[in-house]
Amino acid sequence: MKRTILYFTIGILFGITMIKSEAASWFRIYEMFQFKSFHMYGIIGAAVVLGVVITQLIKRNKLRSFFGTEIQIAPKPKLIKASLYGGIIFGLGWALTGACPGPIYVLIGAGYLPLFVVFVFALLGTYCYGLLKPRLPH
Amino acid sequence: MAATKFTLYLAKITMDLILAPWPWYIGGPTIAVVLFLLLFSEKRFGMSTNLKTMCSMAGAGKKIPFFAGDWKANRWGLLVALGAAAGGFIAATYMTNGSVGLIHPDVVNELSQMGISGAGHQFMPPELFGVEALTEPKTLILLALGGFLIGFGTRYAGGCTSGHAISGLSDLQWPSLVAVIGFFVGGLLMNHLILPYIL
Repeated sequence: MKRTILYFTIGILFGITMIKSEAASWFRIYEMFQFKSFHMYGIIGAAVVLGVVITQLIKRNKLRSFFGTEIQIAPKPKLIKASLYGGIIFGLGWALTGACPGPIYVLIGAGYLPLFVVFVFALLGTYCYGLLKPRLPH
Repeated sequence: MAATKFTLYLAKITMDLILAPWPWYIGGPTIAVVLFLLLFSEKRFGMSTNLKTMCSMAGAGKKIPFFAGDWKANRWGLLVALGAAAGGFIAATYMTNGSVGLIHPDVVNELSQMGISGAGHQFMPPELFGVEALTEPKTLILLALGGFLIGFGTRYAGGCTSGHAISGLSDLQWPSLVAVIGFFVGGLLMNHLILPYIL
């Protein structure tokens, strides 16, 4: 129960951040790909710089979680082709809808109902990837 | 007297933080806080995995090995997604004074020429995300196509903006850098070469 509340609360903070920082705004994503504003680069850049500090502090000092266990950070699988091809495909969808998988939920909650169409077809896309996985280059 | 001024100043900052759009130097660090909280809760920041979890929940694992396994291990991610929707509702309903951040005037002009309004006045373009979009077949096709590309691409790449760009880059992972370069290659292609013709 405690954990349920914890994860839900982290989600609320994430959702508020996506709206208040406008990272979930279609206009902001359009502007970013036009290189006409620093806003999105500032958001992602600041998050990554602080993220590197947090992650390195955890790894070097073997920090423990809120539950007392040692924090494990599994490396990403070294699938360079899949990262690149998949990344390009996602980038096309990101620039078209202005939404990443996180903001899809945030925007539905904020009342932008057409995002529900994006969500349903994102499920279908994920399903099709699972279906085609054995035949795709990784 | 000075103390009163300081109190008023603090009150103004607090109200701005609640009601006005956040600058990048508030938004970026708050995302890092989310990453921090998830790492210290024994989890990783990654939102696209939820799409796979929901496919598994619906029984896709019976026929496709990719979706097999216990989806309940990823229940936490669904809770984060549910919270994200709640956060979106809270921010859009109670934490706004109706203003949005400035959008570059070139972008505003360019978009209005393409028939997209609302830049710099509204959070989202009504042509794409207003209720009227639900009865416009062309818009529905674009949203469906976009959604499909997001779902297919993130799972193929093994992550999205949170999993690769934030978590992965923070952990200095090479595959994540490659994926982020991919995000931008795809995004620039869509934004500059495809969107002008399909919007």
